[in-house]
Amino acid sequence: MSESPPNQAPPDYDDATPQKFLLAAVLFGAVGMLVGLWAALELAFPALNFDLPWITFGRLRPLHTSAVVFAFAANIVFAGVYHSSQRLLGTRTASDLLSNIHFWGWQLVVVLVVITYPLGITQGKEYAELEWPLDILVALVWVAFAINFFWTIAIRKVKHLYVAIWFYIATVITIAVLHIVNGLAVPVSMTKSYSLFAGVQDALVQWWYGHNAVGFLLTTPFLGLMYYYLPKAAQRPVYSYRLSIVHFWSLVFIYIWAGPHHLHYTALPDWAQTLGMTFSLMLIAPSWGGMLNGLLTLRGAWERVRTDPILKFMVVAISFYGMSTLEGPIMSIRDVNALSHYTDWTIGHVHSGALGWVGMISFGMIYWLAPRLWKRDWALPKWLDAHFWLATIGIVFYIVPMWVGGIAQGLMWRAFNELGLLKYPDFTETVMALQPFYLLRALGGTLYLVGMVMLGINLAMTAFGRAPAPAPKEVAA
Amino acid sequence: MSTKTESWQRHGLFENKPFLMTVLVTVLISIGGLVEMIPLAAVKSNVPTIAEVTPYTPLELEGRDIYLREGCYNCHSQMIRPFRAETMRYGEYSRAGEFVYDHPFQWGSKRTGPDLARLGGKYPDAWHYRHMENPVATSAGSIMPRYPWLLEDTLDFALTQRKMKAMALMGVPYSKKQIADGKHEARQQAKEIVANLAQADIETTWDTEIVALIAYLQRLGVDGKRAFADGGDGSSDAAPAPAGAPAGGTHE
Repeated sequence: MSESPPNQAPPDYDDATPQKFLLAAVLFGAVGMLVGLWAALELAFPALNFDLPWITFGRLRPLHTSAVVFAFAANIVFAGVYHSSQRLLGTRTASDLLSNIHFWGWQLVVVLVVITYPLGITQGKEYAELEWPLDILVALVWVAFAINFFWTIAIRKVKHLYVAIWFYIATVITIAVLHIVNGLAVPVSMTKSYSLFAGVQDALVQWWYGHNAVGFLLTTPFLGLMYYYLPKAAQRPVYSYRLSIVHFWSLVFIYIWAGPHHLHYTALPDWAQTLGMTFSLMLIAPSWGGMLNGLLTLRGAWERVRTDPILKFMVVAISFYGMSTLEGPIMSIRDVNALSHYTDWTIGHVHSGALGWVGMISFGMIYWLAPRLWKRDWALPKWLDAHFWLATIGIVFYIVPMWVGGIAQGLMWRAFNELGLLKYPDFTETVMALQPFYLLRALGGTLYLVGMVMLGINLAMTAFGRAPAPAPKEVAA
Repeated sequence: MSTKTESWQRHGLFENKPFLMTVLVTVLISIGGLVEMIPLAAVKSNVPTIAEVTPYTPLELEGRDIYLREGCYNCHSQMIRPFRAETMRYGEYSRAGEFVYDHPFQWGSKRTGPDLARLGGKYPDAWHYRHMENPVATSAGSIMPRYPWLLEDTLDFALTQRKMKAMALMGVPYSKKQIADGKHEARQQAKEIVANLAQADIETTWDTEIVALIAYLQRLGVDGKRAFADGGDGSSDAAPAPAGAPAGGTHE
């Protein structure tokens, strides 16, 4: 299969759009991570809420999750999709107007989120807090993206669709479906609405959405990015074409069923819980198919992994993808979930996927892509390795305390004394036991954020610095 | 070898036809969601009705919106699982029929603080007032933020009727009269809470936000508790009670 179009006369690609998305991703990503760090510190030091409504934990945490998912990860996806699709399809993006509507519309959504969440304007559904006018704006911007994307496919010069494009198609379609269904609401005013669904049904719809936002915004598009940027960075072809076919279709089909594993032992009927658990366990296979296809693509290039920070980022990312897609199914087993649910173990799991997989593959992609987009070498090339180690150590300091603390928390909640009474009847005892873990987690988050800021400085100096250095050798390819 | 390769190459059909691929992806991602959602909505036995469960009063509805606004669900669940450790700590486990008027649901996913599904009636109104003013005052070691603005800010109830209408549109059984009297009823209920607070030497007015929030918090799980008080289930939801679980015991 072809990895790049036959390059007789390279079309005039639009690189301004991926440039803009990349800058937005890094800027908002740093802000989103800072908000997350502040929220983490509020748990360790409640005084940091400062008695201010706008920054209390309950309003700040949704701002953190939405910022890192919709402002960091999604902007990364858009940058990668706009850059790689043009090369893979051998044509310039169909409409500059739609590209601009997409870019500015999406950043407008981000700014409105930053304004409305601290004001307490929310639908009260996790990862979908946007009030209804914002939901409509997101849908319209997404439609602009979809039209532009499919239009570009329609006018493509390369007939064959490379595997990355398959993953992008799945993303564009599924996110639209999830967002629209979960966002159905009856408005009361411009800033207030009620979910159309209630109780058990609302819970099922919400976690169908919530889990598949992870599946189709943080997994499928990033696998697409992996399939384009990893072979480019490693200068090796993808390991297995068959594996990519099998794991693509099975991932797309199986992922969507897994939502109910967020509702084990709740009032959701058992049959739905069982479906969720079964499909979650099956998900190991397509997930590991993707991981293996990624890691084995490096066969013969392992020598370079030791020295090339871009490949280091990508290898660690794929390893965390494998680890968290094994941990997830384990946590979806009902008896494991009985312990892990409601605890910080879940938070640790999410962050091994978010910081480990999404973050690291994004950094690898940025470090490969930015010099090519701006046709300049990195202003601070030595910082790449420093960022890599800060991020890697930061992840460890984040997830290990969350594992230990989360499991301890779960065990304390269910501990009985010799009389058969609760050993820790006072809930605050279990809260206080977590304080050291919250502190360590904040340390891990700080390290990760410092790395992110270094990337931001490096990118700003590279993109806006005065003296353009010569472009890297492969840039013409 | 060659025939094997050919069978894989049939996938090229999709790889050259983006429309076909898009259609197939759409079909595949629809199946799981439809299989889970349609029976849940269509088959009545999935959410057995509990006669005791009635809609929120206008004041409770306003209080619930404050709960949503402050993002309480980020740290508190409202879903007690059927384990002995949970029923001993929080009370009777939660049933599907208890949440039929919850637009949106507030089960939460994290217990940084305790579950609140059966909070109603557990503490006096004054406890909630003091707790929101300064959580450490009632719960030493708590890491919950203080909410002083709830004690000062007032609700104007301008949207109360529209909120009830929106709920009625979705099937919550508010009568036309109830909706018309919404603000008046809210005021009546609020005055009872103000009187309770006065007994604990707390002076406040009926339209402060804290009063509405207290009304909501005192309602949580109360209908279910009444339904299951006789040790029965209150519904056709025939899940057996977990062995050793007391009917409504808490750790107070």
